[in-house]
Amino acid sequence: MLNFPLWKKLFVGAVCLLGVVYAAPNFLPEGTLGQGTSGLPGKQINLGLDLQGGAHLLYKVDVEGYIQKQLESAVDEARQILRKSRMPYQGLGISGEGISVTMKKPEQASEARTLLSDIDRRLQITTGETGLVTMVLTDQDRKAAIDEAIETSIEVIRQRIDPEGTKEPVIQRQGEDRILVQVPGAEDTEQVKIWIGTTAQMNFRMIDAKNSLSEAMNGRVPPGSELLESYERREDGSPVQSYLVEKRIRVEGDHLTNAQASFDQNNRPAVSFQFDAAGGAKFAKVTADNVGLPFAVVLDNRVITAPVIRSAIPGGSGIITGNFTLQETQNLSLLLRSGALPADMTVLEERSVGPGLGQDSVEAGQWASIIGLILVLVYMVMSYGLFGLLANCALIFNVALIIAILSGLQATLTLPGIAGIVLTIGMAVDANVLIFERIREEMRNGRTSANAIEAGYSRALTTIIDSNLTTLIAAVLLFTFGSGPIKGFAVTLSVGIVTSMFTAIMVTRFFVVTWYMRKRPKALPI
Amino acid sequence: MKLLKLIPDTPKIDFTGKRVIAFAFSVLLVLGSLGLFFGKGLNLGIDFLGGIQIEIQTEGPADISAIRSTVGGLDLGDVSIQEFGETDNVLIRIQEQAGGEESVQAAIEKVKAALGDTVKEYRRTESVGPTVGAELQEAALWAVVSAVGAILIYIWFRFEWQFGVAAVIALTHDVITTIGLFSLLQLDFNLATIAALLTIAGYSINDTVVVFDRVRENMRKYKKMELAELFNLSVNQTLSRTLITSVTTMLALVALGVFGGEVLRGFSIALIWGVLIGTYSSIALAVPVLLYMNPDRGEEEDSETNGAEAQA
Repeated sequence: MLNFPLWKKLFVGAVCLLGVVYAAPNFLPEGTLGQGTSGLPGKQINLGLDLQGGAHLLYKVDVEGYIQKQLESAVDEARQILRKSRMPYQGLGISGEGISVTMKKPEQASEARTLLSDIDRRLQITTGETGLVTMVLTDQDRKAAIDEAIETSIEVIRQRIDPEGTKEPVIQRQGEDRILVQVPGAEDTEQVKIWIGTTAQMNFRMIDAKNSLSEAMNGRVPPGSELLESYERREDGSPVQSYLVEKRIRVEGDHLTNAQASFDQNNRPAVSFQFDAAGGAKFAKVTADNVGLPFAVVLDNRVITAPVIRSAIPGGSGIITGNFTLQETQNLSLLLRSGALPADMTVLEERSVGPGLGQDSVEAGQWASIIGLILVLVYMVMSYGLFGLLANCALIFNVALIIAILSGLQATLTLPGIAGIVLTIGMAVDANVLIFERIREEMRNGRTSANAIEAGYSRALTTIIDSNLTTLIAAVLLFTFGSGPIKGFAVTLSVGIVTSMFTAIMVTRFFVVTWYMRKRPKALPI
Repeated sequence: MKLLKLIPDTPKIDFTGKRVIAFAFSVLLVLGSLGLFFGKGLNLGIDFLGGIQIEIQTEGPADISAIRSTVGGLDLGDVSIQEFGETDNVLIRIQEQAGGEESVQAAIEKVKAALGDTVKEYRRTESVGPTVGAELQEAALWAVVSAVGAILIYIWFRFEWQFGVAAVIALTHDVITTIGLFSLLQLDFNLATIAALLTIAGYSINDTVVVFDRVRENMRKYKKMELAELFNLSVNQTLSRTLITSVTTMLALVALGVFGGEVLRGFSIALIWGVLIGTYSSIALAVPVLLYMNPDRGEEEDSETNGAEAQA
């Protein structure tokens, strides 16, 4: 009658044990974890920004402006190419989603087409009847260009916020043209916005070799030059060295089209880079005029590297050698590539929570959970006596399971998420209430104890599933449409619904059946 | 130990007989709520309206009127200053600034500069632009509408369409009156409130489903019984469970409201109200409404049953 097969017992036991073990790290004093001393698997729950304090910023990337900028630079390049070719043309400019030019001699259109096709592979080039050459960005390539711009922006933001990789920021694309930035621990959004900045500040300048660096460091900086720190930092955050750099910018960073980790002719790690046509021309002139002198690659007013120019570098591409490791060249090429934010960004939404409020919220949430739990536990014992006690054990396992699953999934716990847990504590016993009420009813209808227990569990089951599934529907929709902290609420509520069904149906049944088999009472104390 | 019982073992309360009173009460509540909603409106938070919100903590009890005159004198449009939970916590709300991001920044800077030493700690600073506000409004509306729709479909699928309609009427009643409560008390209506509304929808339907489940079971069991009598029996049979679950949920929510901090207070109030009204509506509204819908006694629908009847 009251069979509860061994495999089910083992399953229930194993789940509860795992729950307790994975929930346990959250109850250790701070700092114990992560030292490897606790010997426990798993991690602590990830606290949301509203609980640990931090800054949250939602940026909109100006993708239209970005595309426009790309087209403008294509127009510039086309102008250079056409002038060089000495073919007469008119009406060169942006038209719609592309650029167009009319060759004054229609028969030169196909030659122009061949020359222009090198500018940007993403532009689809066609020739028209009267010498018209158009280069259009297809929808697909436009989307790819935007994707690339957003990805580059994310990388740049990451480099700027978290160059050491220790702050654990969240930097995510949201929708078509938005980037979400969350920095735990940052006390206000102002600081984060300064880090991110809005435009790129990368350029190539000459090192001031005529004046003494040490004198400059003693405060005598010559006019026309400035003292810049190295990009590379020591472990304590201080710069590795300083440079005396001319203020005059020789080549702007936005001429840089690519940078890759590579090797020099002696097979040492190096960084190769390419300029666009205009940048290449400037760079060729600067290098030709300054052979043997050091120049500086400057990013955000810090010197990435200051190699000596060995020879004039024509053709718009070059290689930076130095005492680099492979890792360094990879980082450096990333920095060069990601040095510039490709598009303007505006802030749509910003929220910051100070550490005081976060800490208060965590404490308030803990108190509310503990007191809510105690009230429910007491009430259940008052209502159902021994059965209430058994349901209470299941409830405690339920809380452990919720914490374990949240830790295991590394879901983010927010303040509304805590509210979800408290609410679950109140609602989780519902399944047991349904079962116990049904058992009472079956007893009144004259069933024997064993029969009443059996009927109580089986008859209440459909009701439990129906009623929980409807709540789960609401929770899932909340997750779909909600944002930030509200998603956290939806997660804990959903997890709570699932675990409470498990504990109420399986765990209490395990307890009740075990108790019944041992005592075999005629009447149930319910 | 004598067990606590909220009601006698087999209560015989005539719920369906008193349905006119319940209907009148509910109609009044809903009309009142709609009146408040359209007349007084909601105290929409910055999540939906856009604007700036700054919570500060002062050294000792805050001088609200001084802060009001300081911030009010900055020419930033509508400004509201209120104590937030503790006497040394103040919430400053400033309307959406014309002129985009820079003006929002400038406004925050101005406030921070003007407050100066008054502030011990900036607890939180939030600004939401108009685009995001409008989107959040839309998403919130979608969430509520699709939740109601999905629940209707689920109930329809599991029961009969009459049950689904009755459940959704009860649940809409609960959601509307909660909105009415927010309008009446002028509580901050924000994203968390939407979460509360959906949770109320879930809770209310949960309660209704339990009663409906019993109605369905009894309809199969007592094929000759008058529907009104059968409905009464079903409500009475599940009454003890309905009340006990409401009490446990309420206990947890009261703990949340009292100890959960000021940020969650509006949320807790909404949920407490939701549990009260949800319990009421499942007993006094959903079931009597179902009576008018005259559901199929469904002799041939028995194939739908699973579990419960099969094993009995």
